[in-house]
Amino acid sequence: MEAVYILWLRQMQRYVRSRSRVLGAIGQPILFLLALGYGLGSVYKRAGQGNYLEFLVPGIIIQTILFSGVFWGIQILFDKRFGFLKEMLVAPVSRLKVLLGNALGGATISFFQGIFVLVVSMVLGFRPHNWAYMPVALLVMLVLCLALTSFGAGLASIVEDFQGFQGINNFIIFPLYFLSGSLYPLTNVPTFLRILSEINPLSYCVDALRYTMIHQTHFGLVKDLLVLGATTVVCVIFAVNRFNRIQA
Amino acid sequence: MSSSVIKATKVVKTYGDVKAVRGISFDVKAGEIFAFLGPNGAGKSTTISMLTTMLRPTSGEMYLNGHDVQKDQDAARNSFGIVFQDPALEEELTAYENMNIHAVLYAVPKAERRPRIEELLRLVDLWGRRDSYVKTYSGGMRRRLEVARGLLHHPKILFLDEPTLGLDTQTRNLLWDYVEKLNKNEGVTIFFTTHYLDEAESAAGRIAIIDHGKIVAVGTTKELAKKTKTESLEQAYLALTGKEVRDETSLSNDGLNVRTARRNQRLR
Repeated sequence: MEAVYILWLRQMQRYVRSRSRVLGAIGQPILFLLALGYGLGSVYKRAGQGNYLEFLVPGIIIQTILFSGVFWGIQILFDKRFGFLKEMLVAPVSRLKVLLGNALGGATISFFQGIFVLVVSMVLGFRPHNWAYMPVALLVMLVLCLALTSFGAGLASIVEDFQGFQGINNFIIFPLYFLSGSLYPLTNVPTFLRILSEINPLSYCVDALRYTMIHQTHFGLVKDLLVLGATTVVCVIFAVNRFNRIQA
Repeated sequence: MSSSVIKATKVVKTYGDVKAVRGISFDVKAGEIFAFLGPNGAGKSTTISMLTTMLRPTSGEMYLNGHDVQKDQDAARNSFGIVFQDPALEEELTAYENMNIHAVLYAVPKAERRPRIEELLRLVDLWGRRDSYVKTYSGGMRRRLEVARGLLHHPKILFLDEPTLGLDTQTRNLLWDYVEKLNKNEGVTIFFTTHYLDEAESAAGRIAIIDHGKIVAVGTTKELAKKTKTESLEQAYLALTGKEVRDETSLSNDGLNVRTARRNQRLR
């Protein structure tokens, strides 16, 4: 178990020591929050939908977790490029533990980033409607972090180089994000968009956070949690399966 | 049964139609120092990658310390240590932290970690810089750190893939002294590749010469010289492998290069 811990610790050390990475990863969601929250807020209100900033916060938290979770999972690609992966792969530690240490590290980091964005939004005036639901909200965030770092690690095990990384960003991460209902309610969208959002597991995570934070929901909490659970299992299996086959 | 700790039988590795390793077989006995020589792209590193569970062979069997490298990976991994040809350090951490991760991954007992790390970092003259980030290290320092790390746990088998590449004479001598001591005192089997024939001549008991993915000769320096009717290892080596300079990307020495080279060919 100490092997898992030391690999987790390594991810933490890397994170804490690269201040630019910390700021970069948090800066983007905060920019979204400010620009969209305040920029579209009045239009949203005039359309009779209420407080847009409030609506946006859960979506932005998911955005933060999505980008940093997958990114920290994809660290394995960097390790492949800079060689440290070999050191981990030939060590007498099972691949499962190597993966676990890396993924837990990535998950912890993205969880912190999500919490940080939550705190910033509270500074901007956001308040959860019911504090009793907050433990559930945090649990949803934590589980999602694990699912997404695993997903990233699985992807990194398949892709060979950085060109692949760009593709992942453009063809997987951004569509997942924009089709998740993070930025707009799913109630009155055109059918094709609704269908795409319904097959996107991330929509259910956004919805779960919205339910637990501001008591709005599209799918219902039970369905949200079931989808989140199933997605996490699939992501972890995917990561373990791919990582076992990785060759350096 | 004999006491062979490394055993390879008819190992083949192909990338599409490129044959990197074409059916090599060899045996290394416990306590032996065995050198693998060959021109660039001959298949040396590919063979080491397969032996060390990083790369799956297309066909063939390999055993490390009696463990099937493909079927019993964890047990096989427990039997060896390796110094890679390419850097495999975590640059964002300090030298000490890199050593410590290695010690934990290889289950070096807690009480022995610090003294061993200190001994080895002193050996390669990096103890004074132990708390500097590896990214601030020069190429030679990284190499030394890598070597120190590979020696940190005392494995049954130690793979050294061109360990002295880019090292100065002083450090080369230090390294070989230490490796030979490790071999003599702890019976560690050493398997190494190098381009410096003098290293192979002085350190290795037996030498295998590999070219175009095949072993062309195995034996002691004397046997190789006798076989080729030459006087020295260098002459024997050149007699066996020719004098041509190899194009490294066409039949490269590691999988990634071959894949990239093949893709580039398609793109052209």
